[in-house]
Amino acid sequence: MTDDRATGPATATPSLEVCGLAYAYPDGHQALFGVDLTVGRGERVALLGPNGAGKTTLVLHLNGILGGGVGTVKVAGLPVEKRHFAEIRRRVGIVFQDPDDQLFMPTVREDVAFGPAAAGLRGAALEERVRTALERVGMAEYADRPPHHLSFGQRRRVAVATVLAMEPEILVLDEPSSNLDPASRRELADILRALDVTVLMVTHDLPYALELCPRSVVLSEGVIAADGRTQDLLCDEPLMRAHRLELPFGFDPRSVAVA
Amino acid sequence: MHVPDGFIDAPVSVATGVVAAAAIGVSLRGARRELTAGEAGGLGADRTAPLAGLVAAFIFAVQMLNFPVAAGTSGHLLGGALAAILVGPYTGILCVSVVLLMQGVLFADGGLTALGVNITTMGVVTVVVAYAVFRGLLAVLPRTRRSVTAAAFAGALLSVPAAASFFTLLYALGGTTDVPVGKVFTAMAGVHTLIGIGEGAITAATVGAVLAVRPDLVHGARGLTTRLKLRVGGELVDAPAAPAAAAPARPVVKVWATGLVTALVLAGFVSFYASASPDGLEKVAADQGIDAKVEEHAAAGSPLADYAVKDVADERLSGGLAGALGVGATVAVGTGVFWLARGRRRTGAGAGAGARADAV
Amino acid sequence: MGAGHAHTLYRHGHSPVHALPPHCKLAATFAFVVVVVATPREQMWAFGLYAVLLAAVAAVARVPAGFLLRRLLIEVPFVAFAVLMPFVAEGERVEVLGLSLSVSGLWGAWNVLAKGTLGVAASALLAATTELRALLTGLQRLGLPPLLVQIASFMVRYGDVITDELRRMSVARRSRGFEATGIRHWGVLARTAGALFIRSYERGERVHLAMVSRGWTGVMPVIDEVAATRTQWAYAAVLPAAALAVCVMGWTL
Repeated sequence: MTDDRATGPATATPSLEVCGLAYAYPDGHQALFGVDLTVGRGERVALLGPNGAGKTTLVLHLNGILGGGVGTVKVAGLPVEKRHFAEIRRRVGIVFQDPDDQLFMPTVREDVAFGPAAAGLRGAALEERVRTALERVGMAEYADRPPHHLSFGQRRRVAVATVLAMEPEILVLDEPSSNLDPASRRELADILRALDVTVLMVTHDLPYALELCPRSVVLSEGVIAADGRTQDLLCDEPLMRAHRLELPFGFDPRSVAVA
Repeated sequence: MHVPDGFIDAPVSVATGVVAAAAIGVSLRGARRELTAGEAGGLGADRTAPLAGLVAAFIFAVQMLNFPVAAGTSGHLLGGALAAILVGPYTGILCVSVVLLMQGVLFADGGLTALGVNITTMGVVTVVVAYAVFRGLLAVLPRTRRSVTAAAFAGALLSVPAAASFFTLLYALGGTTDVPVGKVFTAMAGVHTLIGIGEGAITAATVGAVLAVRPDLVHGARGLTTRLKLRVGGELVDAPAAPAAAAPARPVVKVWATGLVTALVLAGFVSFYASASPDGLEKVAADQGIDAKVEEHAAAGSPLADYAVKDVADERLSGGLAGALGVGATVAVGTGVFWLARGRRRTGAGAGAGARADAV
Repeated sequence: MGAGHAHTLYRHGHSPVHALPPHCKLAATFAFVVVVVATPREQMWAFGLYAVLLAAVAAVARVPAGFLLRRLLIEVPFVAFAVLMPFVAEGERVEVLGLSLSVSGLWGAWNVLAKGTLGVAASALLAATTELRALLTGLQRLGLPPLLVQIASFMVRYGDVITDELRRMSVARRSRGFEATGIRHWGVLARTAGALFIRSYERGERVHLAMVSRGWTGVMPVIDEVAATRTQWAYAAVLPAAALAVCVMGWTL
């Protein structure tokens, strides 16, 4: 079940290259045991795995928040090292699970502007960047609202806009569909599908993964346990059981036609 | 204790303003050290703003948590001592000052010209006294969690009357009315010792609660060793302890005895004086700490609504506190709290005794 | 917190007062209060004039009197305090309605009441015409250390979130049949406070991660520049200047 890159265009420099990554927290707890993962430019990949598999740990390595273990991470060919942090953090846009953590500025507009402004953008160019990002998630008319006056789904969309404003090479989403009502969930899916960036999506929402990501990888016990077409992985019952992955009641991935 | 405009004269207001500005300046630098000390990853960027901001928001919120006393009255935490012990004195001063600043500018709670007085009294003095007492006690007590909570109790208790006494000093220097300073002092110190006992009990219990879950987050308890865990067959077990010293039973008893005696002597002493000027009690009681409200602040809609309600309600009870009540209530509540605290501690200690033998 | 403030303290409007840059308004309010505090308390008429000045500003700002008066309630504890003064203070005494009152206590009570009320009214007017966010940028423009302003803005941003967590914990407690009625319940409430602290602190850590992920290096990027023209400063200066004139008259007359 590990036919490499069943889908997705292969290009010269992949958006993301993780090679032999192992990491233990300072308290001794080891979370990653040699992760190898390559994501080509423009691919949408779902990162699946049970709780405690090391998904968040992996994500925090992608922009250098965690580091110091073994192995390498490259973003569009640029190694994640201290001297490249500013550039890496511009290229890797992480959308955290709780939008309240992500939206820390007093207004939506300032929050979206935070990243580009930290990268040195000013004036009209900054305004333009903010406007474009908010339009891409359909939140342009909320620019001057404080984030806590928005609904949860709207906050999640603004959180996506905050990283889109940095024009990232790769968009990393941590549980994008959690706590969303079905309509917000679908709206977010429409937005993500319309984006032309590489997407790595950490999720427990398997139908969502099937809907959005042609390819999936399963992270289990700190290693990539499977990598392939999402539909193939979801139909592989022994694999699913082995890694504590369960489909929602009544959902049959075989019956769904995916592009 | 939010002092309004016109209460303290201009020179003293300006002087306290300078003191407050200097204290905040020093704290801004110190807080950076305090808040990066616990950082694991070395991210290379300053964590002061988000962490101190969130702690300030916590203090703002926790002041709305009502602690019922009896018969429909309740008090709430002032938070200065708690902040000092949980996040360190510098961050504590910053957080309390920011809360006071926002209260002054936004809610008009505390005059703009009295900001210096308010920050110096409630921010600086409270935090410094609480932290000094806390550290001082920890230095002589055995390094156990129980000592941390006991020291937190004493620090918080003393910080409140200390702030009140400092305010009296300011009043003596720059008060705009010649109310006899002696009367102001006894009234302030008396009532605030009573409040301090409540503050101490709540602070100690809160610190204890944090210690039980995330001891690493308690700034004042850094250096307390925790037992490592091993994973054996999927079960978490304690790693074999380093040769631990015998359980320090006697010192613990001594700590509590000392704490109890100190508090009672203080309470008795001060309320003796307080009773001599019953008229002064009322006004201080109206100010802080004890307010006559039955429902919980937190449940009453927006924080702002609470804010307005709280301060209106404050004055309702002020008539009720008579001087004679002062002595009785101070001693009764004081002993009551101690008795309860000791009772709860005993059961708590019994339950958790095996789990965390305090390594020294 | 922010939501509460935005709803109740701030009154949305497009008056000339609303339009002034925040740091001008802050400086004007502060100067006004300083002048009020510096006025000799014996000149009662001066305080009447100050009240008229504030009322004029409120009229220009189209802030209704009822709104402003309600905001004055915050002062009530100190009214109680002031009422006591004539009884407590020493010195010469006068008989009023059969009560023996201290003259200096009466003056002291008047002093605190008049100045305190004017101070509260001025601050309330400021908060009513200036958005929370603008107040913070204004404070920064006036030279408050940026770090302090950042802490304040994080407090404003997360005050609501944290208060809401506190509310949810209270609901959870009561849903399980717990009702705090006395000191014996303090342990449970203190554990709530402890849990709230842990949640707040951990959220602070997560917010920091989110900031670092977007390129935070320790300096808040300047996104909104607020600048004031000379004319705007002049407009803002009208209130404290008028007050100063009254104050000078109070000292010389």
